[in-house]
Formats: sequence, structure tokens, C-alpha cells
Amino acid sequence: MVAQNIAFGIVAAVMVWGALRVVTVNNVVHAALWLVLVLAGAAAQYVILAAEFVAITQVLVYIGAVMVLFLFGTMLTRARIGAERELNNKSWWLGVPSSVLLLGVITLALVSGFGDEELPKDAAVVSTQEISDLIFGPYLLPFWALSFVLLVAVIGAIVLARKD
Amino acid sequence: MLVNQFLILAAVLFCIGVYGVIARRNAVMVLMSIELILNSVNLNLIAFALRNGSADGHVFALYIIAVAAAEVGVGLALVLLVYRNRKSIGLEELSEMKG
Repeated sequence: MVAQNIAFGIVAAVMVWGALRVVTVNNVVHAALWLVLVLAGAAAQYVILAAEFVAITQVLVYIGAVMVLFLFGTMLTRARIGAERELNNKSWWLGVPSSVLLLGVITLALVSGFGDEELPKDAAVVSTQEISDLIFGPYLLPFWALSFVLLVAVIGAIVLARKD
Repeated sequence: MLVNQFLILAAVLFCIGVYGVIARRNAVMVLMSIELILNSVNLNLIAFALRNGSADGHVFALYIIAVAAAEVGVGLALVLLVYRNRKSIGLEELSEMKG
């Protein structure tokens, strides 16, 4: 249990630092690379939480596909890749009090709600079979709906981005 | 491991993402902040799946990953369209859309 806590602490610190860099750095490509760090940290947290299949999907879909999409978007919408001054709003400082306030409220609610409740000690790793039994059993209808969402997103992206 | 350590980490990431959505002007950066928010939600779902001893949370997390992929695809296509019309992806370019 101690080893898991140490791993959690290191990965959590890296994730929070990376997330802060994503929202403060002045270069879109650097922000995308910091985001890769955060997403990889999330995958590591899933492994700590005994969710192997979700961790692998996170690496494949987020780090593999979504980040490539982001880098392509950056490339297609910006001729120059260097640092930029104007990445923030004029009223960007309004975000600091609102997000700190939100964090305070959520933390208060979590501490009063869960206190120091422990996670189960020796939980077995959730197998892929268990997840697929759920997806193709009780959650089949949302799975179909999701397939249509992806289809519509693909067609919509083609229609929007096509040059006429 | 406490339940709260994962939930509070997710809350911190969520709030950083909210700050990014408020503070950033560049549309691609706003989409990245939204990815941070979606990831924090996934972390919550996986933590609760372990706490409750069921795999339902994993299924929801996978669905959220798929929806996030669709959202990024359509979002970047929209950003591309804005760029093509305005030669800029600052979100203030969209202020004419208000009714």
C-alpha cells in the first residue's frame, strides 16, 4: 500500500505541474506536449486503480490519436509555430478567483463527504472480459448511440473542413 | 489508498481546466483545457469503480474517451473553418455570432 501511495504522489505531482503548464505556457505546441504528460499520468493513475484496459485505451486514443489531431490543428491554423503573446484573454485574471473558489467548494464537499474512507485493499484487476460483458450486455444501447455519435462526428468534420 | 486522494487530484485538474477555458483566447488551447476537464471526470469514474467494486465506471470512462475523441474532431474542424474565414483563431472573432 505504501508503494502505491508513493507512486500516486509522484504521478499526481507531475500531472498537476503539467496541467498548470498547459494553461500557462505561451506556445501552442509546448502546451500540447505538456498535455501529453498529463494524459500519460492519467493512464498511470488508471493502472494504480486496477483499470488496465482503460489505461491502454487512454494511451491509444488520447496520446496516439487526439494529440496528433491537436498538432495537425495547430499546424493548419498557424503559419508560425513559435511563442505568441496573445494566447490569453484580456480578462484572464478572472479565471484565478473562479477556479480557486470552485476548487475550495469541491474539496470541502469531498472532505466532508468521504473523509478518510479507504479504497478496498486487495482489489482484483478488472478484466477486459468483464468490461466487454458490460458493454455488450446492459450498456449495448449507449454503445450503439456512441457509434452513431462517432459516425456523425466523422461526417461532420469532413463536411466542415472540406474546401469548396 | 484513500478515496479522497484520487477525487481531490481530479478536482485540482478540473479546476485547472476551468481556468484554462476562462483565461485562454486561442480556440485550440480552449479545446486542450476541455480535454483536461474530461480526463479529471474519467479519473473520478475509475476511482468510484474501484470503491464500489464494479466495472460500470470503466464502461462510462471508455464512452467518455470516445465522446472526447469525437468532440476534438468536430471542434478542430470548426476551428479550421474559423481560421479559413478570419485568418485567426482568437475566440473574440466569434463575437459576431451573438444574436
